[in-house]
Amino acid sequence: MIGELVVSLFILVGATFALIGSIGLVRLPDFYTRLHGPTKATTLGVGALLLASVIYFSALREGLSLHEALITLFLFMTAPVSAHLLVRAGLHHRVESRSRAPAEDHGHPDPEAPI
Amino acid sequence: MLTFALTFGFTAMGLAMLLNIVRLVKGPDTVDRVTALDTLYINTIAVLMLVGIRIGSDIFFEAALLIAMMGFVGTVALAKHIRRGSIIE
Amino acid sequence: MSGRAEASTKSGFKLFPHPVLTVVLVIVWLLLVNSIHPRMIVLGLGFGIAIPLFTRRFWPDHPRICRVGVLVRFVPVFIWDVVIANLQVAWLIVNFRRELRPTWVVVPLDITDPYAITTLANVISLTPGTVSSELGPGRRTLLVHSMDVDDPQALVDRIKRRYEAPLKEIFEC
Repeated sequence: MIGELVVSLFILVGATFALIGSIGLVRLPDFYTRLHGPTKATTLGVGALLLASVIYFSALREGLSLHEALITLFLFMTAPVSAHLLVRAGLHHRVESRSRAPAEDHGHPDPEAPI
Repeated sequence: MLTFALTFGFTAMGLAMLLNIVRLVKGPDTVDRVTALDTLYINTIAVLMLVGIRIGSDIFFEAALLIAMMGFVGTVALAKHIRRGSIIE
Repeated sequence: MSGRAEASTKSGFKLFPHPVLTVVLVIVWLLLVNSIHPRMIVLGLGFGIAIPLFTRRFWPDHPRICRVGVLVRFVPVFIWDVVIANLQVAWLIVNFRRELRPTWVVVPLDITDPYAITTLANVISLTPGTVSSELGPGRRTLLVHSMDVDDPQALVDRIKRRYEAPLKEIFEC
């Protein structure tokens, strides 16, 4: 019973975060701020959903089942890398930025930078 | 309780994926579209996990893991393609 | 790079060139097959020994972790910050009336170890409203985009104090 409650809580929290990340992707003003939603909110939301799955199969079904944790770990390792590469691609393309202190002021994008 | 949570989860994830598709269609830039695709595949993993809980089977685990890996490689390849015009040098 | 790789092959054959990688591979294998049956442990050990041997040339230098104690204290701080950062970003996204103040800031780097810089960039991307964007010329600066900033200098100080200082202790002796 308590297990079911915890699983439900994790599903609610995870789905809410994933939804907020996607709302951010649509509503925020420019590309660089839009990227914040998917990298953080969505990753944590999906992480919470995977945790719900781990708890569900471990507590409510027979036997320990941890393999969803592998996906969580993988997502947490890859999300910052893909965000980093996407920002660099955006800088290279000179996608419009509405931020203060535009990147060009700091000598970026660096034309010599390797991939 | 769990049934309600799952219904909420499916609704929220469906809405989230619709919003991703909105961004995918609207653009305005290629990098925006790649970001939308990136979010879309992560949300797909979430939906697969919810389906797994719903039918009480972890048969979708491998599918979710493969989507996670292929999605990441795809995003990296697209980002490199935008930046350099080629993927493998 | 090839020089270093040759040097490491010349220094003799080692069964465990990367002991940590071996342990990680065994754990990942056990998670993947979702069982701790003894034959799976043996198979995992087989992969854990074979994969580092076959990919030895891709890992010319070891990341050196000098201060395990600092690492153990850093991880909970990091996880806490990830959760807080997500709540902040979620609040900024759903708060429709608030005007965002996105800013680019440049963080001057004190660390030089490539593994330390990689870790720092990833930590920055996962924590408070910031995404690391580009490494400056000569690996001496890191361009960071932040979603909502009052005082750019305070953000730089916070990143340096909270994340860079422990990483410097962990990776550089």
